[in-house]
Amino acid sequence: MATNPMHQFNVHRIGPEIKLGNLDISFTNASLFMVISSLTILILFFIGTRKKSIIPTKVQLLAELSFTFISKMINDTAGSKAKPYFAFIFSLFMFVLFCNMLGMIPYSFTVTSHIIVTFILASFIFVGVTIIGFVKHGLSYLKLFVPAGVPIILLPLIVVIEIISYLSRPISLSVRLFANMMAGHTMLKVFGGFVISLGLIGGWLPLSFSVALTGLEILVAFLQAYVFAILTCIYLNDALNLHH
Amino acid sequence: MLTRLISYLVIFIGITTNSFGAEEGGMPQLNPEYWISQIFWLIIVFASLYIVLSQIILPKISESLETRKSQVLQHLEQAEKFKEESEKKIQEYDNILNEAKNQARKIMNESRKKINQNISEKKNQINKEIEKEIYAAEEEIKILKKNSINNINKIAIETSTEIVKSIMEVELNKSSISTIVKDVSKKKIEKYLW
Repeated sequence: MATNPMHQFNVHRIGPEIKLGNLDISFTNASLFMVISSLTILILFFIGTRKKSIIPTKVQLLAELSFTFISKMINDTAGSKAKPYFAFIFSLFMFVLFCNMLGMIPYSFTVTSHIIVTFILASFIFVGVTIIGFVKHGLSYLKLFVPAGVPIILLPLIVVIEIISYLSRPISLSVRLFANMMAGHTMLKVFGGFVISLGLIGGWLPLSFSVALTGLEILVAFLQAYVFAILTCIYLNDALNLHH
Repeated sequence: MLTRLISYLVIFIGITTNSFGAEEGGMPQLNPEYWISQIFWLIIVFASLYIVLSQIILPKISESLETRKSQVLQHLEQAEKFKEESEKKIQEYDNILNEAKNQARKIMNESRKKINQNISEKKNQINKEIEKEIYAAEEEIKILKKNSINNINKIAIETSTEIVKSIMEVELNKSSISTIVKDVSKKKIEKYLW
């Protein structure tokens, strides 16, 4: 059903069924677009780092600008202690960005519009940050849940709220990205459907909406990747520099 | 904001109308059929992306950034050096120029002095010479004057004897004539002598 706006999110197997024990790990269109995104990133950066000239070529400039962009973002939000995690956050940002952007190509598949993908990424970040926090600060990492300067009467309530907000981080992180991507693509599809159903006379209005939405969605694709990366930095900052 | 609102709406609709969606109509995202596959491929793809980026690409980029930075710093340092050198050179040049000006002034002053001295010396000399000449001339004139008086007397005596001779046809004593002439001339000549 091509007119169903949710049809674009369907996952289907490509090639033979692969089983790992009981688990079905067949190569799907989602896997294909993960691979395409990664390969696009790698090819772009391979070209960008092939020649290390003092006056950079265009692709080299792109690679170096994204490098300095991410490193500045990490330095601003998580400080210099976060340097060992630079490569991870860089890969994360690039992966999410390219998955989002490739999803903007018509008839392609948006990897990040699937809650399971964003949830795995977010929970990996959550678990990693929690482990880093406990390794760096030991049990005093639990002070994160006890903000300084709170009246003792309010403390039980605040601690509960802090713990809930901490535990909901992976959910909010993953749902934010997934919902934004899904909503944008669904809306594009809905307006696309309107263009067809209203025909040559009435179709121009939804078409113009569709064009405007495409621009907005490209912005959202970048913004959500940025938000995803910067929230990771902020969580990392909590784990590295215990402020409370 | 709008997109987020709509997204929550879409999720809500998706969940309520067809929870854990069937193939069509619901949300394919909530269909767990390929969840394991997605997790598996995500881990593999993302891990390999991370490894390649962190091991190969990022070090290269940071290296090229570092070399550029160091090179720029080097160039800046060099530029600073050159600037200092050029400033020094300019100062040296100024010094030399000033010295040369001073020397030129000195030489001018000296030469002016010399010339003035020369001129005054020459003037003095010439003045002296002129004075000498004037003196000599004056002396000569004096001598000439004296001589001329004598000569005049002589001539006067001679002419007067001649005149007396021719008029009176008598030869007079020379000495008496000369005493008369001398008497007269003394009286008259004093008028012409200073």
